[in-house]
Amino acid sequence: MSETLILSQRWGKKDSHTLASYRADGGYRSLEKALGMDPPAIVNEVKVSNLRGRGGAGFATGLKWSFLPKDIRPRYLCINADESEPGTFKDRYIIAHDPHMLIEGIAIACYANDIHLAYVYIRGEFKKQAQILHDAIQEAYAAGILGPKVMGRDFSLDLHVHRGAGAYICGEESALMESLEGKKGYPRLKPPFPAVVGLWGKPTIINNVETLANVPWIVEHGGAAFAALGTGKSGGTRLFCVSGHVVRPGVYEKPVHYNLKKLIMEDCGGVVGGRKVKAVIPGGSSAPVLAAHEIDVSMEFDALKAVGTMAGSGGVIVMDESTCLVRALSRISMFYAEESCGQCTPCREGTSWMEGIIHRIEHGEASAADVDRLEQLTGNIMGNTICALGDAAAMPVQSFLKKFKPEFLAHVEGRGCPFGDHAWGLTQESREAVVGEMRV
Amino acid sequence: MARFNAELGVILKRYPEDRKAAAMIPALRLGQEIFGWLSPAVQLLCAERLGTSPARAEEVATFYVMLETHPHGRHVVELCTSIGCSLSGAHRMFQALKQKLGVENGGTTADGRVTFREVECLGSCGTAPAMLVDEDMHERLTLEKVEKILGGLK
Ligand SMILES: Cc1cc2nc3c(=O)[nH]c(=O)nc-3n(C[C@H](O)[C@H](O)[C@H](O)COP(=O)(O)O)c2cc1C
Ligand code: SF4
Ligand code: FES
Repeated sequence: MSETLILSQRWGKKDSHTLASYRADGGYRSLEKALGMDPPAIVNEVKVSNLRGRGGAGFATGLKWSFLPKDIRPRYLCINADESEPGTFKDRYIIAHDPHMLIEGIAIACYANDIHLAYVYIRGEFKKQAQILHDAIQEAYAAGILGPKVMGRDFSLDLHVHRGAGAYICGEESALMESLEGKKGYPRLKPPFPAVVGLWGKPTIINNVETLANVPWIVEHGGAAFAALGTGKSGGTRLFCVSGHVVRPGVYEKPVHYNLKKLIMEDCGGVVGGRKVKAVIPGGSSAPVLAAHEIDVSMEFDALKAVGTMAGSGGVIVMDESTCLVRALSRISMFYAEESCGQCTPCREGTSWMEGIIHRIEHGEASAADVDRLEQLTGNIMGNTICALGDAAAMPVQSFLKKFKPEFLAHVEGRGCPFGDHAWGLTQESREAVVGEMRV
Repeated sequence: MARFNAELGVILKRYPEDRKAAAMIPALRLGQEIFGWLSPAVQLLCAERLGTSPARAEEVATFYVMLETHPHGRHVVELCTSIGCSLSGAHRMFQALKQKLGVENGGTTADGRVTFREVECLGSCGTAPAMLVDEDMHERLTLEKVEKILGGLK
């Protein structure tokens, strides 16, 4: 039985990033086909496909495209390659191994939505990937795939790479646009939504790299075929990023509703050293944590929502039984405190307070009352901020406390970490010896 | 300066004529690459070329971690200690490297060779631990590998 691979099929092939290689494998035929279609028919195929955004929120892509006001021009497309949610590392491989698939998806999306200027916002740390994408774009211009007459048709499209400079918040769509306008990355109040007031005040679509990379396949095979690969309201396959204590970390393309436990125990070879799973964060560090007994679950957006967490960016972080979860949460909270843009008080103050309290719990300097205070703090942040980073910081804390409270209290009562020097787990110490292969 | 002007000219072609300010990050990065760090003078240069206020250049220069508003060592070494990397040994590596280099987080070695700091997730958690050396990514690190890389920095 062969699984359908849409996104990673060409990875690892020699020179897969070049136009010649992409063309040899049938590349840009979907764009050719799309240019012969009525734009609304393309948007409709994407709707039928049940493609949902792979950037984090899982919003229906076709629906997003149909929010653009009919009568305002120009419109812009921003492609989100900020990829900064801890645990997420997939877009970089699409860009490195198959940049033309992304360019083709972008071109189709632009044609479908009457857009003539698009920017890929790529995080500053991806220097190599930015260069590969830039070179691929130049190849596409030289071949007449981009420019004043896309594939000889009466449709013009300019596409550029815009490199960020290190700020998680710029992955948030409105901060991304602010940053692209040459400002600091402060998220905007919504509404108005970007589809109405976006880049330079004009209607703008923001889509994740992986989301758009699916579009050529959808145009080629039809929306229904894509929908059939998934389940319910989610179509297609997804790139799941697995990190942490598994034997074979890496990127795995699977149907959107693939089973989380199967992914960890079979595809990734289980936990290093035969140890047991203790906790799994299923969708990037913002997603509420699952305890080991909860991981026999579909990773589809609505399925994970039903068990109180989220599919988010597809970043699966696995922690084995030797890990101190207070230490793990402490590090996660430090991330949000560092990355809060500081614009709203509940987030700016709240993320620092949470970090401080968790740090004190980990080091045995906190009381049981502090643990309660921590819980209250999350409630004060949730829903009271301009962007979703506030919630993203509070959700892990709430879920760790809910599921592993005894471990927090043990730190309080024992006046320190019961794991001592080994709080990061035994795997980190033995990883080099045990792990042969990392799969990308 | 000739190089700055020439390369900025290429960058500006990517943005609409009346939206030059959009090139602020690329302009600052270029300035940093050429002049070493973003002194107030370099910030002012970028602001002038893009037709914005100096305040705007400063606001951007101080917001992003990859933009350096202070002088630093000849090389910048940034080790990720976020959750994925720490689960794979980065935390221990961080402690060991601080000791080896004789610096605290963010410090520069006495000979001015290396500025060392911990950074947040580099999008390499599947090939953890990861670090940037002068913006080049190194993955699947071991302590020996890191020491070799550091040893190669002049
Ligand atoms: C704090 C924060 C960080 C985000 N970071 C990213 C990111 O790195 N990459 C990404 O594609 N989306 C990120 N998002 C989601 C974007 O705001 C947006 O929903 C997404 O890019 C839309 O694309 P999609 O519909 O194709 O998923 C982030 C959201 C928040 C609140
Ligand atoms: S929630 Fe946090 S990151 Fe988002 S705008 Fe407010 S302060 Fe900034
Ligand atoms: S946690 Fe280090 S690269 Fe993601």
